[in-house]
Amino acid sequence: MTAPMPISLQVNGERVDTHVLPRLNLADFLREHLHLTGTHVGCEHGVCGACTVRVNNEIVRACLMLAVQTHGASVQTIEGLSDSGEVADLQAAFRDRNALQCGYCTPGMLMAAQDLLRQQAEPDREQIREHLSGNYCRCTGYQAIVDAVETTARSRREHK
Amino acid sequence: MKASAFAYARATSIGNALELLAAHGDKAKVLSGGQSLMPAMNLRLISPELIVDIGEIGELRGIALKGGVLSIGALTRHADLLKSPEIAAHSPLLTTAVAHVAHPAIRNRGTIGGSLAHADPASELPACMLALGAIIIARGQAGERRIPAKDFFRGIYETALSADELLVAVELPVTRKNASHFFDEFARRQGDYAVAGLAADAVVKDGAFTDLHLAFFAVGDRPVLSNAACRLINVVITPALMADVSAALDEELNPHDDQQATASMRRHLAKVLLVRCVSTLLGRTDLDARAA
Repeated sequence: MTAPMPISLQVNGERVDTHVLPRLNLADFLREHLHLTGTHVGCEHGVCGACTVRVNNEIVRACLMLAVQTHGASVQTIEGLSDSGEVADLQAAFRDRNALQCGYCTPGMLMAAQDLLRQQAEPDREQIREHLSGNYCRCTGYQAIVDAVETTARSRREHK
Repeated sequence: MKASAFAYARATSIGNALELLAAHGDKAKVLSGGQSLMPAMNLRLISPELIVDIGEIGELRGIALKGGVLSIGALTRHADLLKSPEIAAHSPLLTTAVAHVAHPAIRNRGTIGGSLAHADPASELPACMLALGAIIIARGQAGERRIPAKDFFRGIYETALSADELLVAVELPVTRKNASHFFDEFARRQGDYAVAGLAADAVVKDGAFTDLHLAFFAVGDRPVLSNAACRLINVVITPALMADVSAALDEELNPHDDQQATASMRRHLAKVLLVRCVSTLLGRTDLDARAA
């Protein structure tokens, strides 16, 4: 049973049928098998949030899920959200506000921030901080990230 | 790091999971939400030979209310608990506590059964189970055992479950009329494991406790249901009594040093939580030095 197992799933809307070893986690599957390297690998034990992706429309840690567990699931990565334009305004706000420096945490930050904005149209700064509390950034000190999310929430309300 | 190699079996039913556990014993590990198991495997703290994934067993999921008892399936996720109107209405301590469990992405995968079976002494839900007098239901091939929460937690990552049993559900009595609750913890970052925490279930009448259950966590090898707290029931609480109970509480705790906090800091914080809990539940700001 340690042999590769068949899985079928959707990744960014495309069907993937393949075989994976049970020990392979979702982050490594995305990066090394599908070459979707926007999902970053930081701590590999669920602390840093760099590997945040969506599984069945909910954000999860890709390092804490096995690829075999995504059989039958729909996975969306930062590439999917970026290509579809879903987070274009959020990405622009991150640039404008200097909400990134090295960029390592940014894909995970965008996934977590967009998750909040889909659930809550008017988050206050405290709620933004709480929703992003599982995502480490070692460059910015977070203020600019919270600014960018707050600005995006405001402009989405105004452009509704 | 990456987990070492293991075999993987997707259990199709509770019976199938129990067969796999019976066949493989302690060489197998049950995978529920994986939010504690996967980190431990990635860090190579454990290397099970077989992972029994119970994630697809629908009958382990869900919240039901029957005759004054809330029954919560083992696979019910933290995110489900947090959003559940039944939990908010009938076990509000749990709703409050779950908001402190990790972060949204982890609450979307982590489960109540997984958290209890893992039995990290710094986690929130085991303490809530003690404060609320929960019954933990374990199933093996021989049948079902109903284990009171106070007998379930045996040490760091140790429970009363045997290797061939599966935690299938927990039962909680619905909150009583006039009951109130308190939950607070100190952590380095919102959502991190607590440095010290307290889950409390109480009944207050005419400015005094008629019932009080205080479960401290992260201050010993398992959550601690305080006996000293019983001395606060049916009495007028004075600063002198609080000092006595604080000293008695200190005797009940057995915290350890780690990179987060020293044992003495954890003892201090447990006493701070005791005072905050009592002064909050009774509306007695005079008992809390911060307000003086």
